[in-house]
Amino acid sequence: MTNSTNTALFNYVLGLADDALILGQRTSEWCSRGPFLEEDIALSNLALDYIGRARMFYQYAAQIQGMGKTEDDLAYFRDEREFTNLVINELPNFDFAFSIVRQYLLDVHACLYLEQLSNSKDQRLSEIAAKAIKETRYHLKRSETWVLQLGQGTEESAKRMQDALDELWGYTPELFISSEAELALSGEEGEASIAVNRESLRHLWLERVTAHMLTSGLVIPEQNWQVVGGRNGDHSEHLGHLLSEMQILQRSYPGLEW
Amino acid sequence: MQHISLVTPEYAARRATRANSDCPALWSILDSVFDPELPYVTIWDLGILVDVEQTTQHSCKVTVSPTYSGCPAVDVISDDIKAALMKEGMQSVTVEVSLSPAWHTDLMSPDAKHALHNQGIAPPAQVVHCPQCDSGDVDVISQFGSTACKALYRCNSCLEPFDYFKDF
Repeated sequence: MTNSTNTALFNYVLGLADDALILGQRTSEWCSRGPFLEEDIALSNLALDYIGRARMFYQYAAQIQGMGKTEDDLAYFRDEREFTNLVINELPNFDFAFSIVRQYLLDVHACLYLEQLSNSKDQRLSEIAAKAIKETRYHLKRSETWVLQLGQGTEESAKRMQDALDELWGYTPELFISSEAELALSGEEGEASIAVNRESLRHLWLERVTAHMLTSGLVIPEQNWQVVGGRNGDHSEHLGHLLSEMQILQRSYPGLEW
Repeated sequence: MQHISLVTPEYAARRATRANSDCPALWSILDSVFDPELPYVTIWDLGILVDVEQTTQHSCKVTVSPTYSGCPAVDVISDDIKAALMKEGMQSVTVEVSLSPAWHTDLMSPDAKHALHNQGIAPPAQVVHCPQCDSGDVDVISQFGSTACKALYRCNSCLEPFDYFKDF
């Protein structure tokens, strides 16, 4: 493997790890605050799946990086501008409707994404994807049901769902922009590649989301604004707060173990 | 009457791996290691014990495959495996966590399903039945239960809630 491929692979895997960790950490904030006990447990389990996914990616990234780095170094000792997660993952939970709509939009995307990643030329990535896609399909079943139930629920629940969709919509274009690392790891047309081609997922994603929102009585907003930049380390004001809470223990007592 | 086998092809393949192993004693020792979240199902029966290799007279390598990627029990399971084997004379035990092939419920043994049922947990199945009264009239309360591998159900016949070990 050449040096530049190595750097691209590291950045690629790190981006996937950051996506999973930040969404997992954000979702874990629901723990003890869920709308009812069973849902509280479900959200905590969902968070756990994402943190497990983050660990698989960070362990691989640390291995590519070498120099004796560990998954913990990558998760706890990098600053806000070094995190390359997509902005949609770091947005606060706001209300239950917002978290559910975000999860649904990301679940549909993750199903398509992981399906492609499981064919990656990189064996480790294809193994992680094969493990994660089973969990994501299950998550999708759940978020799909909630979108339908709340979209067709009361006037209040439908309004909250629509508000959430309107607010989140501008963050979805970033799901389909390939980063520099992803472009570097994409093969020629028709060739097997390491990274997933994000643009190629857009059409199917939009088709599925549009159909389900229609059934749920929700309206897809016009795409007249967008927020991008997470992959370059440009984040909203919310990420720093999340990181400070997540990292404080390791920053205060470096190397601390349970 | 046609005999319907309860043994899945996946479990049969695992059984063959174990039967053809050249260190049957080590596999037997690991029959004493239970899943910490399901302390009545061994790691063999649950399907997470993938392989055991004896590398030298006093060292061996054990391969396990986690149920869910975020399963917090993996570290405890690794420690339990090492402790069990070292108690029986092994001096060096390596535990490798392998992701591929990914764990799924068809890898479980029939014994695991019986043990779950006996503990009031509905085992993975195409159609979920209440483990208390066997009624098929059940509703899902939450897709996740007390651990990532379970969902929470309620029986409409005997009105008892119960855990269902998800078909995965």
